[in-house]
Amino acid sequence: MIQTVTRPIAPATAMSATLVVARRALLKFVRTPALVGMGIVQSALFLFSFRYVFGGAIHAGASTYVAYLVPGYVATIVLFTGGGIAVAVADDRVEGFTDRLLSLPIPRYSIVMGRALADFATNAWAIVATAAFGFLFGFRLGGSIPDGLAALGLCLVFGLVFTVVFIVIGLLAPNAQAAQGMSMIAFVLAFMSSTYVPAGTMPGWLQPFAKYQPVTPMVDAVRAVLLGSTSDVGLALAWSALLLIVFTPFAVLLYRRS
Amino acid sequence: MTTVPLIEARDLTIRFGKVKALDDLDLTAPAGKVLAILGPNGAGKTTFVRAVSTLLRPTGGTLQVLGKDVSREPVAVRRDIGLAGQSAAVEPTMTGRENLEMTARLFGHPRDGARRAASIVIERLSLGDVADRRCSTYSGGQRRRLDLGASLVGAPRLLLLDEPTTGLDPISRREVWDSVRDLVAAGTDVLLTTHYLDEANELADHVIVIDHGHTVAAGTLSDLKASSGRDVIEVAVNDPSQLEAVGHILERVTSNPPRLDHNGRRASAPTAGGAKDLAIVIRTLDDTSVMVDEIGVRRPTLDEVFLTLTNAYVQNGSSR
Repeated sequence: MIQTVTRPIAPATAMSATLVVARRALLKFVRTPALVGMGIVQSALFLFSFRYVFGGAIHAGASTYVAYLVPGYVATIVLFTGGGIAVAVADDRVEGFTDRLLSLPIPRYSIVMGRALADFATNAWAIVATAAFGFLFGFRLGGSIPDGLAALGLCLVFGLVFTVVFIVIGLLAPNAQAAQGMSMIAFVLAFMSSTYVPAGTMPGWLQPFAKYQPVTPMVDAVRAVLLGSTSDVGLALAWSALLLIVFTPFAVLLYRRS
Repeated sequence: MTTVPLIEARDLTIRFGKVKALDDLDLTAPAGKVLAILGPNGAGKTTFVRAVSTLLRPTGGTLQVLGKDVSREPVAVRRDIGLAGQSAAVEPTMTGRENLEMTARLFGHPRDGARRAASIVIERLSLGDVADRRCSTYSGGQRRRLDLGASLVGAPRLLLLDEPTTGLDPISRREVWDSVRDLVAAGTDVLLTTHYLDEANELADHVIVIDHGHTVAAGTLSDLKASSGRDVIEVAVNDPSQLEAVGHILERVTSNPPRLDHNGRRASAPTAGGAKDLAIVIRTLDDTSVMVDEIGVRRPTLDEVFLTLTNAYVQNGSSR
């Protein structure tokens, strides 16, 4: 005798849809060893290069270069690993998975929320692992341990902000390769900020951009919090809120018409 | 029995920039039937399925699915449909069972309900042997069947299959067909698109032919064959070198250009005269030295109907 599937009594709640979408994205990440490992290896190699290859030639004011570099590097690591988010989002669309989700009776925003939740977790993994490499390469906390944890918290918030930006990039890209290419823009944002060198050392015409783009206050806020100060934290959080408020509805809108 | 049509489109237009993928399309699909949307590549089949599954909003006209308007009540429509698109949208790093449970949860099943729905679908689609393997190890046919299953765990009223067997080998195609037939027997309405005539023949009882975004013809398969298809006189010969001569006779009697199939050693031509024309052809052939293997009047094949319908449309379209 063949049993028949019963119709669900009610559609999925936004919360459960979000969790199911997130679970699938996380499983895909965890079960693809290349994704779990390569991002970390890459970020460690870049950190190594900046610390030991370029570092000797860079003078970052009063502090040692490793003390200057590591907080900025950890705060912006998502700008490098986030390309993977854009690629995954573009892949889902090309492979028909997004169509499947959109044909189901779930709210559109739960697709974005689920995606962001999963990527928040993978970002956290990248941030924590990169911070660990920072300590391995000679970084030491200048302030207390709670200050260090607060700085880590800020990095996670910025990670979430950039996740949503990369989701938008993935939705705008026609395919995975294009998504990878478009994600390179994020590199430039990291380089033209105070992440690697103080903005004040750049040529005068570049300084306004370097000082007023969102990455610089974010990086400066992380450095300040590590030393127990709160300067730039308000500005960095304001930028984060602004980016989230602009990009989240944009992502929902793009899902709706993709 | 409900009298609400499965799908009703009125002047349905979908534009991408300047291109009209669907152009004032009208169609009514009766409920309780397997409906095939037939058309060449680029005819608008996929666009139509995406509109029915609320992925595309109509630029003009109306489209109702089981009485619900896709623009005004998209959420209600989504509860009624299950979509299996052209590419099998299964997650390769998850097992078949995990995939089905995931989709079941998104349809609104609670955790245990999702497990039950997944088990039932696995059994029904005979995926038991592979259900607990990751989908990256599946064959193309298994993936496609799992994708079919994923659209079933919510017990949709209408299953939408966009070219369900494109790219599959003949055995996998049969497997997918068998699965679809089982579903139909269990009472699910199905809309499928295809450019394979044999697929429509195997699965569908109602066919809508579209081309260039218009409905060209609609009806049951035998309706279609009867309406556009005139009967065909077909002669099979022993010696292929005599095909030309047979072709001339067919053309003289039916006043239609004959089709010569040298490999099959067959000549055929549509006829309005039926048995009377056949008798004349037989008598004429008797006076020649042609060795006839087989001769008869038959209904046109779906291929012949399809070519007639789409060609007629192209010719009408360009003369306007």
